[in-house]
Amino acid sequence: MSEGELSRKWDRCLADSVVKLGAGLGLGIVFSVIFFKRRTWPIAFGSGMGIGMAYSNCQHDFQAPYLLHGKFVKEQ
Amino acid sequence: MLRVYSAAGRIVSQKCLCGKVSLRPLQPCHRYSTAGNPGASAGKIVGTGFLLIGGGIGGTFLYAKWDPKFRESVEKSVPYSDKVFEVTLGPAPYAVSLPKKQISSAAEVVNQKAAPAKRKEKPESSVPLATTAEPSLEVASAEAAHIISAASEVPSIPAPGTHDGNGESEGEQKSATQPGEPSTKPKLALPAVKERPPEEVAARLAEQEKAEQEAVASLSAALEEELSSAAHVTLQAIASQEAAVFAINSHSQKLKEAMEDSEVTPEQKSAQWGALEDALKQRSKTVDEAADALLKAKDTLEKLRSFIDGAKNIKAAGAKSHVLVAEESLNRMLVDLDNVVKKVQAAQSEAKIVAQYHELVAVAKEQFQKELDSITPDVHPSWKGLKVSDLAGKLSTDDLNSLIAHAHRRIDQLIKQLAIQRAREQQHVETAVEQQKQEHKNMLDMAVSKALDHYRSEINLEQEKKVEEIREVMEVEMRTQLRRQAAAHTDHLRDVLKVQEMELKVEAEQEFSHKLAELETHYRRMTQEQLDNFTLDMNAAYARLKGMEQAVENHAVAEEKARKAHQLWLSIEALSCILKLASGDSPTEPLDGVVEAIKSSCADNEFTQTLTSAFPEDSLKRGVYSEAALRARFYNVRKLARRVALIDETRNSLYQYFLSYLQSLLLFESQQVKPPAQLSSGDLDTFKLLSYASYCIEHGDLELAAKFLNQLKGEPRRVAQDWLNEARLTLETKQVINILSAYANAVGLGTTQVE
Repeated sequence: MSEGELSRKWDRCLADSVVKLGAGLGLGIVFSVIFFKRRTWPIAFGSGMGIGMAYSNCQHDFQAPYLLHGKFVKEQ
Repeated sequence: MLRVYSAAGRIVSQKCLCGKVSLRPLQPCHRYSTAGNPGASAGKIVGTGFLLIGGGIGGTFLYAKWDPKFRESVEKSVPYSDKVFEVTLGPAPYAVSLPKKQISSAAEVVNQKAAPAKRKEKPESSVPLATTAEPSLEVASAEAAHIISAASEVPSIPAPGTHDGNGESEGEQKSATQPGEPSTKPKLALPAVKERPPEEVAARLAEQEKAEQEAVASLSAALEEELSSAAHVTLQAIASQEAAVFAINSHSQKLKEAMEDSEVTPEQKSAQWGALEDALKQRSKTVDEAADALLKAKDTLEKLRSFIDGAKNIKAAGAKSHVLVAEESLNRMLVDLDNVVKKVQAAQSEAKIVAQYHELVAVAKEQFQKELDSITPDVHPSWKGLKVSDLAGKLSTDDLNSLIAHAHRRIDQLIKQLAIQRAREQQHVETAVEQQKQEHKNMLDMAVSKALDHYRSEINLEQEKKVEEIREVMEVEMRTQLRRQAAAHTDHLRDVLKVQEMELKVEAEQEFSHKLAELETHYRRMTQEQLDNFTLDMNAAYARLKGMEQAVENHAVAEEKARKAHQLWLSIEALSCILKLASGDSPTEPLDGVVEAIKSSCADNEFTQTLTSAFPEDSLKRGVYSEAALRARFYNVRKLARRVALIDETRNSLYQYFLSYLQSLLLFESQQVKPPAQLSSGDLDTFKLLSYASYCIEHGDLELAAKFLNQLKGEPRRVAQDWLNEARLTLETKQVINILSAYANAVGLGTTQVE
């Protein structure tokens, strides 16, 4: 149902964001632990990247219906 | 279309409102008529209104009273006005149309009455004819009556009941009907009219002749009897008279003889005197007898005369002769009687003379005797009656002398007397002659008169006889003439009868043929009518049968249709039930089966087929949501749509999402707003649309709500898309179902047989 679409989108978005955030956070933590001597910036970076990716995904998901996909046709 | 309808609805409602509004001011005016100035003016208005109405009605009444046509027109146009008019003005003068009908009906009645009256008159006219033609003793009149009755018989033949007519004609031929009968049954008695058949007439004639003859015979017998008796009596009288005459004559003779003092011996004289006495007695006896007989004879003759006179009055034909004969004999008898009487009278006169003579002589003798007595007183008184000659021996001489002296004296006296007589002889003779003449004349007169009477009577008799003869002759002639006339009459009658018979026959045949033709035509017409009727009936029956068959077929067809319609209806009802059975949020059963059922139930109905094919696939496969579910879902949709109100193609980032969410939180609009009749561009705002839609939803108008939601743009539209679809599905299905059910109802109504 279309009214559930948004909810689903939001669910996906949240889940995605959670996942991404977690993944980012995790990678950040991992990277910070492993590579960057437990600095916080990779966590923030990672979580930020995660949120960003999630946000972008979310937005893309929400924008999806309005996006026009065109094909670039080379002039022959 | 929705807008048009709503506009129309609004306009209608406004009109109704306006109409109602226009009436309202009257009602408050009625209530407030008594209060204040506005009431007074209203009262004035009301008063004037009443005045006008009353004037109009009164004028109508008056004019209707004066002009009935106007009244009729008013009665026609205004219902119940005729009752009002009746109450007030009295019943309407129905003068124009009905009297004609009455007159015509009266004329008809009169005509009908005249016809039977005429028909009645005819028999009645014939009846008096028949009565007048009552058979007299004449045969002709009887025959005329016969003819007339036969003529009146003819119209009775074609009368209803030929059997009756035949019976009547036979009856009147056979039975001798009396004249009194027609009075009882004028029409049927026509043939039974009084006329005596010829046999009866002849019988009657014979009877009458016989009676006549009998009367004549009786009369003749009586006459003869009378005559015989009279003759007998007369003969007796004559005989007695003759005897009387003879006696008188003998007596006078004897007296003469006795008177003659001739030379007869005293014994003879005494014998003579004795015989004379005897003869006198005889004479007196015979005279008496004769007188008696004469009286008797006269009586009988008188009776006979009276009888004859009475018999003269009898009109019997043969009696006349008898009467005449009787009269003749009577006359003869009278004549004889008279003659005899005359003889008797002559004898008596002669006897009287002789008696006178005897008287004279006796007187003289007495005188002489007296003288003798005076002379000779001592004579024996006993010999007074004796003769002189007897005295001779008894007297003395003195006596004888005195006697002789007396005798001488007497002789002298006598001589003197004789002389005187002789002297007066002439005179005496003359007087005697005169007397005699007188007497003779008298006698002659008497005789003449008697002879005249006799002669007259004889003449009368002869005349009567002659008259009788002539009469007989005349009668005979008349009879012959009458016979001739009768013969001629019979001939004439025969001819006339023949002619009449022919005429009547022709007429009868004509009538008969006419009647026959009529009856035939009638019969033909009746048969034709019957045939026609029968054909009509047959046709009617056949048509009815056909009709019935058709009706039954149609009925069957209609029943079939009805059954099908019922089925359809049932299936459609099932559909709508299914719709109703949508429980909660889940959709209904898939309408597939039912639609299939519908399809199968009316496979031949294009309409239904089209409609059933118009069902959206989803509704068939999956079912539709109920309105309630949609309603419930709508609020959800509304919520979501409000939240994403700002999102459309251009704004669809997450931030916009947040903003729109914020907007939805901060923007307050009424839950339900009544949508206007026409949408302006400002109404296309999401929130407003949602409000309108919710209003519509709340008021059950899913369609309008769907329409409003259809105006959503962007994300709210996408959010509401499914709901819209569902709503559209539902609406479509509902529409189809509605149409189908309407159709089913219509079909059901159409096929419903109103009993």
